[in-house]
Amino acid sequence: MSNIAQKQEKIAVSGDEAAAYAMKVIEPDVVAAYPITPQTEIVMNFSQFVADGEVTTEMIPVESEHSAMSACVGSAASGARTMTATSANGLALMWEVLYIASSTRLPIVMPVVNRALSAPINIHCDHSDSMGARDAGWIQMYCENAQEVYEKLILAIRIGELEDVRLPVMVCQDGFITSHAVEALEPFAKEDVQKFIGSYSVPYSLLDVDNPVTFGPLDLQDYYFEHKRQQSEAMSRAYQQIPEIVKEFKNTFGSEYDFLELYRMEDAETAVIALGSTAGTAKNTIDGLREQGRKVGLVKMNFVRPFPAEELRSALSPLKAVGILDRAESFSNQGGPLFSEIRAAMYSSGQRPPIADYIYGLGGRDMTPGLIEEVFRDLDKVAKTGKVEQSVHYIGVR
Amino acid sequence: MNNLGWKEIPIGGVIAEPGTAKKYQTGGWRTYKPEVDFDKCTDCLQCWMFCPDSSIMVKDKKMDGIDYEHCKGCGICAEVCPVNCIEMVKE
Ligand code: SF4
Ligand code: SF4
Repeated sequence: MSNIAQKQEKIAVSGDEAAAYAMKVIEPDVVAAYPITPQTEIVMNFSQFVADGEVTTEMIPVESEHSAMSACVGSAASGARTMTATSANGLALMWEVLYIASSTRLPIVMPVVNRALSAPINIHCDHSDSMGARDAGWIQMYCENAQEVYEKLILAIRIGELEDVRLPVMVCQDGFITSHAVEALEPFAKEDVQKFIGSYSVPYSLLDVDNPVTFGPLDLQDYYFEHKRQQSEAMSRAYQQIPEIVKEFKNTFGSEYDFLELYRMEDAETAVIALGSTAGTAKNTIDGLREQGRKVGLVKMNFVRPFPAEELRSALSPLKAVGILDRAESFSNQGGPLFSEIRAAMYSSGQRPPIADYIYGLGGRDMTPGLIEEVFRDLDKVAKTGKVEQSVHYIGVR
Repeated sequence: MNNLGWKEIPIGGVIAEPGTAKKYQTGGWRTYKPEVDFDKCTDCLQCWMFCPDSSIMVKDKKMDGIDYEHCKGCGICAEVCPVNCIEMVKE
């Protein structure tokens, strides 16, 4: 298509740098942040752009993530396009304010570099941080590589700021695996990005002294429930409107980020579902297995919130067996968070394939093609008998 | 109060109009009611200074009675009145 925006010259960057470059072309009005590994390089690189005068963003270094998100809330409520970034324990420290940001309907966009929660202390990737925050009222996107990090951050601004949505967005990438590995990035021209995201406007501003309003008032039995109902509606409108924005993004920049990416699923009999960088490893593994004649595929989830239940039902219903790759444990004794949600979504499908959970990669343990092959071997057994003998597996653990 | 539905209120819990606390009548919370003996009152306005609910009404710099729609009956005015002219009476 000739009207697709020209990508700029390729550069070699890490996932964190890709996020910082995305923030550079987004040029938010305010960034308030506190450093934490493996997110630090995002804000470090971005503050360099600020110091060098390459962006006009006001940078607010704060003393903790609780303060970072609090400053973001004040900033977004005043009418400033606002971003921050965090990981793991930093996200955990923001907890209280995550809910305040979404409930106050402030479309803050935050790269989350997924890292295991303590204890014991571990700085490497798993999804325990953002998975725990999945019910905080934020939209959640997951990225396979640096290019996706860059593009999904731009997409996130548009989606979060939709008039009928107005919700904050987390754009997640795998700590170290994506955040610190250097890959080729094709950035976009700033004017194309600015045209796509448009300007930020708010229905009410904290700084509009001519029209004073109250943010965050006491809301008891009489109205709290109504405000929660509005939030559910906002998430459901996000679900309805995301396809339109994704299409516009595709027409502008060329990449397509539907709720699900279906990889070699046309005639697949068994499939795995994955988020983030593991989707890349799975694609590679699937290519190899396909060469051996195995009918295997991958469902990659670009969005976890809003939860694409309908899309999952239509992708999974025809299969003989499904394996969920969960990079987090929920300690419910019922498998990881993705497994619980996907299995629940399948309950209302007329055709329910057997589903098993494969918890993997906690604390950065490598997810190898060998392990994914092991999952497919197990799924073959499930497909043959039609029965899940063991619903939760821990793979790659000693 | 006739409460509105979720489609009718501003999103995010914003109160889009200033000064609405006045419309919220809190007088019903009261169990004791301050009653003023205007014959003894010296208009010193100590009660006005101390009332945490801005419920002492003042006209021409003189004590002009109590706004019972907002007075919560805390009794501070009766406590601070230097001539003891406010009495707390059970509602
Ligand atoms: S009782 Fe309390 S609220 Fe009422 S007028 Fe006196 S000080 Fe004010
Ligand atoms: S404190 Fe007592 S004397 Fe002074 S104005 Fe109030 S009621 Fe009157």
